[in-house]
Amino acid sequence: MELPVIWFIAISVLWIGYFVLEGFDFGVGTLLPFMGRRNSVDRRVAINSIGPVWDANEVWLLTAGGAMFAAFPAWYASLFSGFYIPLFAILIALILRGVAFEYRGKRDSDAWRTWWDRAIFFGSAAPALLWGVVFANIVRGVAMDADHIVTASLPDLLNPYALLGGLTTLSLFTLHGAIFLTLKTDGPVRARARRAALGTACAAVPAGAVFLLWTQAAYGHPWTLPLVVVAASALVSGVAAAWKGREGWSFAFTALTVLTAVAALFGALFPNVLPSTTDPAFSLTVDNASSADYTLTVMTWVAVVFLPLVLLYQGWSYWVFRRRVTGASVTGEGVTAPDGPGRGDGAAEPRRTPVA
Amino acid sequence: MEALELARWQFGVTTIYHFLFVPLTIGLSFIVAVLQTLWYRTGKHEYLQATQFFGKLFLINFAMGVVTGIVQEFQFGMNWSEYSRFVGDVFGAPLAMEALLAFFLESTFIGLWIFGWHRLPRGVHLACIWMVAVGTNLSAYFILAANAWMRHPVGFTVNPENGRAELNDIWAVLSNDQAWSTYLHTVSAAFITAGLFVVCVSAYKLWRNQRHGDTGTEGVTPPRSDFALFRGTLKVGLVFTLVAGAVVVFSGDHQAKLAAEYEPMKLAAAEALWETEEGAPFSALAVGDTEERYNPIDVTVPNVLSFLATGTFDGEVHGMNNLQQAYEEYYGPGDYTPNVFVVYWSFRLMMGFGLSGVAVAALGLWLTRGRERTPTNRWFYLAAMLSLPAALAANIFGWVLTEMGRQPWTVHGYLLTADSVSPGVSLGTVAMSLSIFTAVYGLLAVVEVGLLVKYVKAGPSHLVPALENDEDESEIPHFSY
Ligand code: HDD
Ligand code: HEM
Ligand code: HEM
Repeated sequence: MELPVIWFIAISVLWIGYFVLEGFDFGVGTLLPFMGRRNSVDRRVAINSIGPVWDANEVWLLTAGGAMFAAFPAWYASLFSGFYIPLFAILIALILRGVAFEYRGKRDSDAWRTWWDRAIFFGSAAPALLWGVVFANIVRGVAMDADHIVTASLPDLLNPYALLGGLTTLSLFTLHGAIFLTLKTDGPVRARARRAALGTACAAVPAGAVFLLWTQAAYGHPWTLPLVVVAASALVSGVAAAWKGREGWSFAFTALTVLTAVAALFGALFPNVLPSTTDPAFSLTVDNASSADYTLTVMTWVAVVFLPLVLLYQGWSYWVFRRRVTGASVTGEGVTAPDGPGRGDGAAEPRRTPVA
Repeated sequence: MEALELARWQFGVTTIYHFLFVPLTIGLSFIVAVLQTLWYRTGKHEYLQATQFFGKLFLINFAMGVVTGIVQEFQFGMNWSEYSRFVGDVFGAPLAMEALLAFFLESTFIGLWIFGWHRLPRGVHLACIWMVAVGTNLSAYFILAANAWMRHPVGFTVNPENGRAELNDIWAVLSNDQAWSTYLHTVSAAFITAGLFVVCVSAYKLWRNQRHGDTGTEGVTPPRSDFALFRGTLKVGLVFTLVAGAVVVFSGDHQAKLAAEYEPMKLAAAEALWETEEGAPFSALAVGDTEERYNPIDVTVPNVLSFLATGTFDGEVHGMNNLQQAYEEYYGPGDYTPNVFVVYWSFRLMMGFGLSGVAVAALGLWLTRGRERTPTNRWFYLAAMLSLPAALAANIFGWVLTEMGRQPWTVHGYLLTADSVSPGVSLGTVAMSLSIFTAVYGLLAVVEVGLLVKYVKAGPSHLVPALENDEDESEIPHFSY
């Protein structure tokens, strides 16, 4: 296979990683207002379930962006300047959301937390929606001239197909997040999350099904059909498993849905990377947008060596935090001190800890 | 007004803002790791308190560094698409490596550190903060290698067919002498800044303690140990600052020599040197006339600039007029002189502010010599508290010198800033994003400083209670949200 094609696949993998992982923490953020009253322990349970991992999930986005810059400079340049306003809105959302996670617990005041909770809600829901709009437009193509400068205006980006794409990602990520909460929490939050999962499924299933079929019919290749079929059936199975209370399976299925749906979008896009609706001849393709072979070879070695390492330690961090988050664990009841004082020897004894 | 101008403002505003947090992150991750190591090795309660106290302040700062960094990564494509198209092949590679090798490391292990106090064995938990410190330094190296490449482009050829820079030697980019020299200078400046942060906070607490006997929040009796604790951290901060200060001067000297070699126009502007001279003097105070291109007033120290730039007292240093002429002959008509006023003063303010911070550290070490001595002079405390803003200012002026001195180029000798901007992005769009960024950043700055002040005032006993009657272990609080 040729290097640019390999890198097209690598970049799809990075975006898939981003949406599978950050997808659920966008979902948790979107559901936050429904997980408990303001200022309640329940909200802290919901937030702490993604606390240790959301930042690392976001780095998938930075890596995907960096990889596009290095492997397909022309794609990065046209896409980021052409989608200026949605990307700007996403940036503002991510800024407010990131700060909100870190700062909401740092002052003991209702008004303070209420504001940061709003930032978490909007900062999660807005990107969940906008990424769908952006990716649907990438697959559909935008007005772009011979110099690969995007000339589409903001209203052009808000076409029905793209809006449906946005609705799909928003509802799908919310569903994925709800199921994550059922898997990772206990007590009232788990019960509410289960109800929320079944509720959002009413939007996610029809939106997802229509969007996937539309994508396949209008832009798909014969070989993307299996991806679409797997995505749709995984979605339905995920909801069914949630209904039965099989939380682990349910989460695996929604993760598979996101994985195959994003793969189907990238498949439909191939061999273009940004089609031009002005004239197909102006489209950016895997061939005319890529870096020279030397850069791609270097990047391939870097990725082959370091991506597995990243997966290893990121996987380990999920394993460390595998236990369910509960009301007792966030308020510090019955938490155990680390193994031994001082030099790491001696006995650990359970103790109660104050809340920081 | 053109989109170009606002795009430059936006880059300047967002990057400077990012760089208020970056030096603290780089330096404090290390200092917190050292404090936690001391606790791990000795089991002394003060070290745990110090770790948690400065750890908390570090996290408040870290959050801002992360969210403002994301903007940087998007900004090249959004505002500088022609730049990205031209350099992506070379410049994108270190950026992608930074994300893959450094950002993942930092973000994963910071999560483990924050939430792992009770879940990980102590040694493993300690290793987590060290991984964060390693990550911040890796990240700095990659981004600075990318930045250094713009000032001294190596390891590539321009493909005549598509007019793009194409990488042919990644090693040349990563081992660029400009890259490691910039890294040394920037990271030592970061350590000065973080060292002075610790000095500033410790001095404030000691001073309050002496004035009012106050060390804690309402209702908490001021524990004896706070005094010893902050005397200890004051010393840690002072030592960090002084050691880093030596490296900054050494590497700054090297930076000047590299500038003389690769970007002589920048050095000439930094010294307001119009005509090429042998045995060039260092300008102590110049008033220049940028229209007529000479200095009506210039107070100088003979031969020092030649020494700074070439290592010999009578070496030749190029002046701006000669360089301008040479560039026009080579690159065609145009103005190749950066803004002399800004570059000249940035150079002086960087050195002035930064070195006065280092001087405060030297003074502080003298005043705290021996085991018992603690400064009582309020002038010292005032100076120690002012040294932090001075260090931050020195960092900013250093970057302004570097970046403004590089103008009109983005990639020296290859790509002009005017040709780097996104052609499809309108003035209105950039104006909108610039004003919203400025407003949001302004608001967040107020919140951030407010939180830092709150936690400094509350003191360590608020996070980890001091020991009463020599019990030998105390509780380790949660760090989570
Ligand atoms: C890509 C690498 C890169 C890196 C690591 C930096 N810069 Fe830079 N800088 C640029 C790339 C650049 C640029 C894209 O080339 C700009 C944008 C417009 C321009 O003239 O150069 C620029 C402009 C620019 C300006 C405005 C200059 C002007 O308008 O004339 C300032 C004040 C800074 N930068 C400051 C910084 C700071 C504080 C940095 C530290 C984090 C920094 N730069 C890192
Ligand atoms: C203009 C170029 C720059 C870009 C594109 C950039 C990119 C980024 C990004 C994307 C982050 C967020 C990482 C995260 O979410 O974990 C970040 C944070 C950071 N950057 Fe920058 N940065 C720039 C300038 C610099 C410079 C010059 C330095 C160092 C000397 C630096 C060092 C750091 C550090 C230490 C952080 C702190 C937080 C963290 O990495 O998680 N950055 N930067
Ligand atoms: C004797 C003292 C110093 C000298 C001779 C010196 C020299 C320089 C020079 C020549 C540059 C420009 C490099 C280039 O654009 O190629 C620079 C940049 C810079 N300086 Fe200094 N400097 C000194 C002290 C300091 C201090 C005390 C600080 C901060 C605490 C500082 C922070 C910076 C920073 C952050 C940059 C931008 C990064 C870089 O290009 O290295 N400098 N310095």
